[in-house]
Amino acid sequence: MDLLPQIGEMLPRILDGFLVTLKLTILSLLLSTVVGAVLASMRVSPVAPFRAFGTSYVNVFRNTPLVVMFIFVVEGLPQLGVRPRFTTLGLGYFEMYAIIALSTYTAAFVCEAIRSGVNTVATGQAEAARAVGLTFGQTLTHVILPQAFRAVVPPLVSVYIACTKNSAIAAAFGVLEATGQLSSLIEDFPGSVYLAFFLLAAGYMVLVFVLAGLSSLVERRWAVSR
Amino acid sequence: MSQVLYDVPGPRAIARHRLYAVVGGLVVLGIVGAAGWKLWSEGAISGNKWSFFEEPQIVEALLEGLLVTIEAAALAIGLAVVFGAVFAVGRLSDHALIRWPSTVVVQFFRATPVLLLILFFFFAYASRLGAFGALVLALTLYNGSVLAEIFRAGLLAVPRGQSEAAYAIGMRKTQVTTLVLAPQAVRSMLPAIISQCVVALKDTALGYVIGSGEIVYEAKQIFRSPVYNNPIPVAITLAAVFIVINYSLSKLAQSLERRLARRGERVIQTEQIESGMGTGTPL
Repeated sequence: MDLLPQIGEMLPRILDGFLVTLKLTILSLLLSTVVGAVLASMRVSPVAPFRAFGTSYVNVFRNTPLVVMFIFVVEGLPQLGVRPRFTTLGLGYFEMYAIIALSTYTAAFVCEAIRSGVNTVATGQAEAARAVGLTFGQTLTHVILPQAFRAVVPPLVSVYIACTKNSAIAAAFGVLEATGQLSSLIEDFPGSVYLAFFLLAAGYMVLVFVLAGLSSLVERRWAVSR
Repeated sequence: MSQVLYDVPGPRAIARHRLYAVVGGLVVLGIVGAAGWKLWSEGAISGNKWSFFEEPQIVEALLEGLLVTIEAAALAIGLAVVFGAVFAVGRLSDHALIRWPSTVVVQFFRATPVLLLILFFFFAYASRLGAFGALVLALTLYNGSVLAEIFRAGLLAVPRGQSEAAYAIGMRKTQVTTLVLAPQAVRSMLPAIISQCVVALKDTALGYVIGSGEIVYEAKQIFRSPVYNNPIPVAITLAAVFIVINYSLSKLAQSLERRLARRGERVIQTEQIESGMGTGTPL
């Protein structure tokens, strides 16, 4: 029962797991950021149906457990004949389902993070911009968004970190990512529950640290005194 | 808030917005309608897929599952409040020997996915804890460490003059914290604590994986049975139940927050908790 050789044997499988976790997370983050940004612009739009759609999307998906989303997507979509694949990236049905479930769920939170960022920009800024004759588009791109972006970074990174951790749920729906490795490691290395758990937890901590570090870097880089 | 981005529209803008509203409304309706038609035409939500509602036994099992869900969430939040209070005070301690271990514990449980915690406790202690115990323990540790950060932020947000005055009249640190800071901090933290209940309630659904008898696990028995084979109606039912409960809780938190803000009191927002590690957002 030597620790080091056992860790050496476990490590490749743990790294394999985290590779899948990374793939799921990065693709979900990209998708959810795009969808979330569209939703956020709907929620602040002057057009009522868009606003209603954005608000109901956020209320529905923010209050539904992610597991229920996974059930809907993983068990439900095959019945509808929806079977997406992305072979160039080595993503089968289950990986694609996980990405769909994760990004539809995370998009609601991204939307709220962006909206709260736009909210922090003082009303006077937009009023001043309009007063000097900037159009809606100019106001948005030259005045509001550059300021909102800085305020958006911390809440958005919180959402990204949560999404990274939430990708663990894919383990219960046919994807062998990091958390999914736990049961197979326990099976192949009896008596190593603690070791496997701590190695996997350490992996997640590294991911979370990297994201949090990037966020504080960005914050410092673009810090402004207000 | 939308007023930040545009002025109050004049008559021409109102007419234009009306046009956008009609077109946009049609597009939104079209998308929702297409999704509904797809569900209907594939027979995924046809009438007989909902017939489980006519079986009293199944409805009863679902209601019992809901009770287990609420029980697990309530137990986890209750224990998490205690855990959070202890570790928040630990993180604010003057003694490095207490401060560092508390910090490590809190950061560890915030950074680890809840499902990994649940599976670990289930595999390592199933014989003693059972599935329900593993679920509650994992939820307690995760939510407790998030609450610890909320409590810490709440204690730190009480104006400095309060603790300075307390020290000046000769109180010890314990007295300052328990008699002066904590009572003032609790009110400002209430909304954040309620929001955390929503998180805990949603996370109980992870019991599905280990079979702890909560509502999502009970529901699995329905859509897995060949008689029904109806994951979509079941998922819609589950989502509706959770949305009703969580939406009311969120509204409660919001109205509390507004009431505190109206009285000019401090409110601790989960987003304010520095993203140093783990999540501050209820996700």
